[in-house]
Amino acid sequence: MRAFTILDGLVVPLDRANVDTDAIIPKQFLKSIKRAGFGPNLFDEWRYLDHGEPGMDSATRKPNPAFVLNFPRYAGASVLLARDNFGCGSSREHAPWALEDYGICAIIAPSFADIFYNNCFKNGILPIVLDATVVDRLFRECETSAGYRLKVDLGGQTVTTPGGEVLAFEVDPGRKHRLLNGLDDIGLTLLQSDKIKAYEERRRVEAPWLFSGSQQ
Amino acid sequence: MSGQTLFKKLWDAHVVHVEPDGTTLLYIDRHLVHEVTSPQAFEGLKLAGRRPRRADAAIAVPDHNVPTTDRSQGIADPVSRLQVETLDANCAEYGITEFRMDDVRQGIVHVIGPEEGLTLPGMTVVCGDSHTSTHGAFGALSFGIGTSEVEHVLATQCLWQKPSRTMLVKVEGTLGRGVTAKDIALAIIGEIGTAGGTGYAIEFGGAAIRTLSMEGRMTLCNMAIEAGARAGMVAVDQTTIDYVKGRPYAPRGAAWEQAVTWWNTLHSDADATFDRVVELDAAKIEPQVTWGTSPEMVTTINGRVPNPADAPSEVKRQDWTRALEYMGLAAGTPLAEVAVEKVFIGSCTNSRIEDLREAASVARGRKVAPNVKLAMVVPGSGLVKQQAEAEGLDRIFIEAGFEWREPGCSMCLAMNADRLEPGERCASTSNRNFEGRQGQGGRTHLVSPAMAAAAACAGHFVDVRHF
Repeated sequence: MRAFTILDGLVVPLDRANVDTDAIIPKQFLKSIKRAGFGPNLFDEWRYLDHGEPGMDSATRKPNPAFVLNFPRYAGASVLLARDNFGCGSSREHAPWALEDYGICAIIAPSFADIFYNNCFKNGILPIVLDATVVDRLFRECETSAGYRLKVDLGGQTVTTPGGEVLAFEVDPGRKHRLLNGLDDIGLTLLQSDKIKAYEERRRVEAPWLFSGSQQ
Repeated sequence: MSGQTLFKKLWDAHVVHVEPDGTTLLYIDRHLVHEVTSPQAFEGLKLAGRRPRRADAAIAVPDHNVPTTDRSQGIADPVSRLQVETLDANCAEYGITEFRMDDVRQGIVHVIGPEEGLTLPGMTVVCGDSHTSTHGAFGALSFGIGTSEVEHVLATQCLWQKPSRTMLVKVEGTLGRGVTAKDIALAIIGEIGTAGGTGYAIEFGGAAIRTLSMEGRMTLCNMAIEAGARAGMVAVDQTTIDYVKGRPYAPRGAAWEQAVTWWNTLHSDADATFDRVVELDAAKIEPQVTWGTSPEMVTTINGRVPNPADAPSEVKRQDWTRALEYMGLAAGTPLAEVAVEKVFIGSCTNSRIEDLREAASVARGRKVAPNVKLAMVVPGSGLVKQQAEAEGLDRIFIEAGFEWREPGCSMCLAMNADRLEPGERCASTSNRNFEGRQGQGGRTHLVSPAMAAAAACAGHFVDVRHF
């Protein structure tokens, strides 16, 4: 997994609450058996005027000029500014895959849906929760000043505005450690193999029916 | 010291290891797998040279992509077909039991788990699907995960978790006639909002929940995620145990007795405390209909489409305005005057035998209205379909003008050929009315099976209690 340390990125504001993962990556693209290549279809139904299907060349499609990701001033953005309950709905990890593939490295919102929040950390994306009034202010600053950038420092747990304001955020220490170092969860878990084995041996006695399997 | 919540009992029984910051390695008893969120997990496993730790704890079924029409020729869409074939190949390679598309036990993953006794009280159950909350109806701790975690469970049979906060949603009193578990679920979401349960595991309790069947409890827990909660649960009681007994994968003999002894302890203690308690009076819940593009945008059948000017905040005013524009609805319109063009009865929320019985009892002797282009019934599994046919429900639906289909997720998310066309309005028993969920530009109104059947026959939403 890609490590996340410090990011100085252009910000794109997506001013909608309850943005669901169906909107982030529509269902027809979930038929892929690959992990990469979802970026061109990020927010597909909002981003294009024509209907998208897997395999289409995005260069030949009609972009929706009214959708914020298509504004030239936000081209190359790596920080997504969002509203409450971002990433609600389906558990599809294709949503963070699409954001990552597009180039989004950090998302700032007043709140996130649980599964999406968790999925971000598995894919090198940092979801940052800031107070709703602060987010509201960032939206205004971003929309009124061209080339608005934010500096995100995961180690220091801060977001710094162009005006020099430093905003602190919370992040779980375990997740922070793994994201800072780009560590693979499975490798870490396997260090606990003896404990997993001991648990299984105990449960085999306490609850033997849990080990009779799905192959009766 | 106060007593323990059901959540705490389930959590404690599955702790393998705790890090100093409280992050816990939790053991997973049952892993449900489907074709959409697993291919990249198997690929990751393969690239790392790993194998599943316990193939016997996993069970797989294709459901999202499968056609609900004639299957003898396989899947027409080559992309969908490849995804299902990839699941078949991965399960064969790693020795994971799979109910393939031609198996009578095939169906929606959240229907077949309970139906086969693969979901049992006291288990931790996960699946790469947010509606895994369904299985909490059995007094299990169950939640949806992403594909990285699917790979993690395959490789280690564990997940890193932090304990959720706990919420008790207490529904006391008696439900009125024609009011169902779906209406309770939508009423709760209307009350606490789609993010009201974020960070919580919700336990549903109270007299009205105790009298629900297992099917009703599954509908309710299924929708916990639409309130933002990854996990929903209901305490074990005799209804739970009666449902599980004799299922193909349920324990038998001495193991059954041993299991039941433990299962009977799976309820919150009387003096347990919760981080939040929400109370609803069942008698006041009316049949619900959503009007917008989020499940919290809901009112009763006697309600009207709200006016964005009355929204409680500026953000919500914008949301409501956008929702009404997308839904093609004017503020103030009575829901009972909204006409539908399609009707979908199915999904992991409402495709079990009880749901089909409720819908059939409304459709019996009636006809689908002429303005309804398509009314379809998609049973949750091959066995639900068989049971419904044995009861003659298929005849009732077909005679009324409904289509009687093969089992799968179908038009809940429209990954197969079943979908809404732009602008089409649908009464749907599914769980999400998001923009484009049932097809780009499609307009979804979430309702109970009885309300969907009534809308199909009336051609518009109607109060099933007086229909």
